[in-house]
Amino acid sequence: MTHQYPPLTAEQKKELSDIALRIVAPGKGILAADESVGSMAKRLNQIGVENTEENRRLYRQILFSADSRVKKCIGGVIFFHETMYQKADDGTPFVQMIKDKGIVVGIKVDKGVVPLAGTDGETTTQGLDGLSERCAQYKKDGADFAKWRCVLKISENTPSALAIMENANVLARYASICQQNGIVPIVEPEILPDGDHDLKRCQYVTEKVLAAVYKALSDHHVYLEGTLLKPNMVTPGHSGPTKYSPEEIAMATVTALRRTVPPAVPGVTFLSGGQSEEEASINLNAINTCPLLRPWALTFSYGRALQASALSAWRGQPDNATAATEEFIKRAEVNGLAALGKYEGSGDNSGAAGQSLYVANHAY
Amino acid sequence: MTHQFPALSAEQKKALADIAQRIVASGKGILAADESVGTMANRLQRINVENTEENRRAFREILFTSDASISQSIGGVILFHETLYQKDSTGKPFTALIKEKGIVIGIKLDKGAAPLAGTNGETTIQGLDGLAERCAQYKKDGVDFGKWRAVLKITSTTPSELAIQENANALARYASICQQNGLVPIVEPEVLPDGDHDLQRCQYVSEKVLAAVYKALSDHHVYLEGTLLKPNMVMAGHSCPKKYTPQDVAVATVTTLLRTVPAAVPGICFLSGGQSEEEASVNLNAMNQLPVAKPWKLTFSYGRALQASALAAWLGKSENKKAAQEAFRKRAQINSLACRGQYVTSGKTDAAATQSLFTACYTY
Repeated sequence: MTHQYPPLTAEQKKELSDIALRIVAPGKGILAADESVGSMAKRLNQIGVENTEENRRLYRQILFSADSRVKKCIGGVIFFHETMYQKADDGTPFVQMIKDKGIVVGIKVDKGVVPLAGTDGETTTQGLDGLSERCAQYKKDGADFAKWRCVLKISENTPSALAIMENANVLARYASICQQNGIVPIVEPEILPDGDHDLKRCQYVTEKVLAAVYKALSDHHVYLEGTLLKPNMVTPGHSGPTKYSPEEIAMATVTALRRTVPPAVPGVTFLSGGQSEEEASINLNAINTCPLLRPWALTFSYGRALQASALSAWRGQPDNATAATEEFIKRAEVNGLAALGKYEGSGDNSGAAGQSLYVANHAY
Repeated sequence: MTHQFPALSAEQKKALADIAQRIVASGKGILAADESVGTMANRLQRINVENTEENRRAFREILFTSDASISQSIGGVILFHETLYQKDSTGKPFTALIKEKGIVIGIKLDKGAAPLAGTNGETTIQGLDGLAERCAQYKKDGVDFGKWRAVLKITSTTPSELAIQENANALARYASICQQNGLVPIVEPEVLPDGDHDLQRCQYVSEKVLAAVYKALSDHHVYLEGTLLKPNMVMAGHSCPKKYTPQDVAVATVTTLLRTVPAAVPGICFLSGGQSEEEASVNLNAMNQLPVAKPWKLTFSYGRALQASALAAWLGKSENKKAAQEAFRKRAQINSLACRGQYVTSGKTDAAATQSLFTACYTY
């Protein structure tokens, strides 16, 4: 292990690094529009719309028709495979619509979770078979980044050492293969918010998971400057009794990242998990005003937290399309501000009041 | 591993973090005056001075009776056990002399190398036995930080996986024990400059070693904000035919650190290895001039590179005391400028040259 066999040339590294920096340029984040057919079923069912390929196409068209206002706040869009090859009503491929706005196209490449036998209901994620060929094809078809989601769960006995190690390893294999094909890997080790654990427990587990992820990335010779991280924010479990302020969430999150994510990583794009649109924006803003030095961009990669209002404005009605697009643009702009620490909130979360609520980080 | 059993209280963490911050406060670094009796033999023999306890005491007295203004450049001093209990010629303990200048006292804690059987001449470090009790005693005697040096070597077959993992583990155990006793651990995983390997090889090995060190520190629940790192600079081996500039060293070193050292670590204090006084200052300066954001302080923990001139001026004669102190003061001040990127040597540091070299960092 003492000799290097460089996996990437200087040109390949530069290309990957440039893509990553474009996605997380100041004030920009990611629209995660990569819901699988199964996930779209849930979304459309909630607004009484049938889950057909045409309805999925119509819905994504609403998002991708957003005007140039999104250029300054959306750096990347993650697609599901089907969507990569769909077109707008006028025949323009979705991929081209996105690229024409100067936004980078990404693709979900994992193939879902599978059980880890001998554990308490834990999983790993599959999708490595033929991944190199798939990446090469996606690159030709316009994708410059990819996403792979691993899932960990906090309970009495989990996450186990095996689950942490196995998911970290599979993320590192995926990342390595992506980079070989000119694709920036977004590394997503999601720790679910399910449970009644407190903030400290989530922080502890997050730190251990991220330490394992970055050791695996090092072992697999992944070029960190050409990756992005998509973690959970550090939050208490959904059914935890204690409520925490955005500042507490921010301090716990930023502390965990400072202890584990090397500064070479250009950006951290948070998943929104079960958070509401407003909650996800407020928390992101608090993260960006946290009084600790943050060497990476801290921004969003939101699905539901960017689309919930747009979905309910649309309700499958063509007449509502423009209004729905407006809802999306509104949330995109709000999150763009939050990524700069400039979002004042829809109500009483004024910047100054929020600032004074930061507790010294020795408590974390 | 899913539940935390906090190793430190908030108060303990704050105390450790405060000590670390004081040592690497802006413009300050560490005087490594912890040469063992055997190493002092080498130093004194070069200036034809007998290696007696009195001579060792006399030389350290010269350093520690420097004018109080030395504390603008020196944040900490590492002592050898014998020296901790010595006094100046008026009977004043060295610890009092050092503390009244506001300088933090450190102690070398390791007990030297032990061979790793089955490897190609590799070693680990001993000193864990009774370490907690020793730390507690040193803390009572005025010490606030510890130092422990692990050694790795680059050859065609080393460092091996075992050597990396074993040294990382021993460093993490040492760090954990220190923190339990209120001492900030300086973590020193030195990759020796011996050999003819090029800069890239040293960088590759240093990245792997540091990744292993920080994974071990995470596994051992070490509080990173209350530690310091003392690594080698990334340089070619001593007998490498190719020559590199200070900017090459700076880019390779900082790139390595950005990829491996979490932002939570307050400071990185380089060892000088076999470098001359001037080389060590110029290289440190080049790193601090690099136009890239660095979340930790980059400073010095120099032994020879701070004391060589002072030793040569002293020559064992008490009438040379002022000259020796002036030589030491000069090097301390130069290194203080170097840790702010403000050391101006004749014609060498061209900001434009530095800038243009840095944009080629994809080759690292």
